[in-house]
Amino acid sequence: MNRLELSSLTRILRECAGEEEGVDLDGDVLDQYWFELGYDSLAVLQTTGYIEREFGIVLDGEDFDEADTPRRYLDMVNRVLSERAPV
Amino acid sequence: MSTTAATAPAVTGIGVAAPNGLGLKAWWAAVLRGESGIRPLTRFDASPYPVRLAGEVPGFVDEDHVPSRLLQQTDRVTRLSLAAAKEALDDAGADPADLPDYAAGVVTANSAGGFEFGQRELEALWSRGGRHVSAYQSFAWFYAVNSGQISIRHGLRGASGVIVTEQAGGLDATAHARRQIRKGAHLVVTGGIDSSLCPWGWAAHLAGGGLSTEPDPARAYLPFDPDASGYVVGEGGAHLVLEDAARARERGARIYGLVAGHGAAFDGPAGGAGGGCRLGAAAGAALADAGIGPGDVDVVFADAAGERAADRLEAEALAELFGPRAVPVTAPKSMTGRLAAGGSALDLAAALMALHEQVVPPTTGTSAPADDCPVDLVTGTPRTGLRLRTALVLARGRGGFNSAVVVRAPAA
Repeated sequence: MNRLELSSLTRILRECAGEEEGVDLDGDVLDQYWFELGYDSLAVLQTTGYIEREFGIVLDGEDFDEADTPRRYLDMVNRVLSERAPV
Repeated sequence: MSTTAATAPAVTGIGVAAPNGLGLKAWWAAVLRGESGIRPLTRFDASPYPVRLAGEVPGFVDEDHVPSRLLQQTDRVTRLSLAAAKEALDDAGADPADLPDYAAGVVTANSAGGFEFGQRELEALWSRGGRHVSAYQSFAWFYAVNSGQISIRHGLRGASGVIVTEQAGGLDATAHARRQIRKGAHLVVTGGIDSSLCPWGWAAHLAGGGLSTEPDPARAYLPFDPDASGYVVGEGGAHLVLEDAARARERGARIYGLVAGHGAAFDGPAGGAGGGCRLGAAAGAALADAGIGPGDVDVVFADAAGERAADRLEAEALAELFGPRAVPVTAPKSMTGRLAAGGSALDLAAALMALHEQVVPPTTGTSAPADDCPVDLVTGTPRTGLRLRTALVLARGRGGFNSAVVVRAPAA
């Protein structure tokens, strides 16, 4: 698993933090802020813990302060995944 | 003492999650039928334990009561609490969004926090490591979590808090909610819910002692009975909507009753007078706070320990205050088991319903009080034909807490 796709992220978000009423994660969400999607910092933290375990990576706390939309979050995770030395 | 009566806040909404009924209507109907919710445990395999009975809230479907966003972050106790709080607000016909900012708050009681959630995360910690522990553990375990989640869900941003005095909590929280109303709050969601029916919670209950090991659900919890053998643990409780009475009347709200008085006292040394029991002192303080005398009390909802010595102490305290067998006493918690902080909140709900419907719910199981418990215990079937204007609700919390609340019917 060397890339995190939006479809996987939305699945993980639903599993880790549920889905806000009135929000459709299958819609056009890439550039919406987390708070617009009904997620607080703890929801992102819980999701991040899951992704770190699943992909065997550690994300930088300062980086995900700036990853405030799904697009930026995916970029951050995928940058770490691509920098990981191939085994 | 008309000033007290004039400023006593009103209960305008009730929400219930009880072992003998989910929701106010289902629970109250079961209470009047004398239907018990004490049954063999189903939430976990209790077969290896010496106590296998409990009062579980039946038929609670999480998704029916809790939004998706909150499912991952809430223990069962908070799910029950969110459901009861919503029912209470709906029942009151109150929409906090209509109130000024900071005019509405939440003061609930709780004893064990999110025990089952905590057990799961401790298991994750010790079997798989810290990275596997849920971020939500940071608050899901905590006593204040019910107040917090109710506050967030309903936008109740006024003065709020949590009271931890075990079984006395439901009454102490309501008293604290009353203080907030006196300070100017328009509305406070109060009462309390507890739930800790998981192996870790069970270990704590067993270690605490006092549980009945009687396997027959109909015989396990017999308050004031000569065969009393301890108590049964249950989950649930009630939330109440407390409002400034004048404002409640102004908006035409239905008023179940007024919270007219409260008293609290700590037990003294066990070797002292009355075995150190200060329940009577709390009751006397509550009557004084309400500006009434013992003769004004029409019914007492007892703490009903279900243990011989503690039952005797309560009966003696009541006899001293009212005279032997001078006032009807009941213990509908005989149908639910003891619900920790939820227990006295549910008793308060029962007292308000008794005033509202002019009927005293029965104590089940116990057929007649022991000779050394000189109380007029309402057993078997509800008692009607009384004029019920004032009820006294008593509670003792583990650790020496005693609390008493006086509720009165709204003046016609």
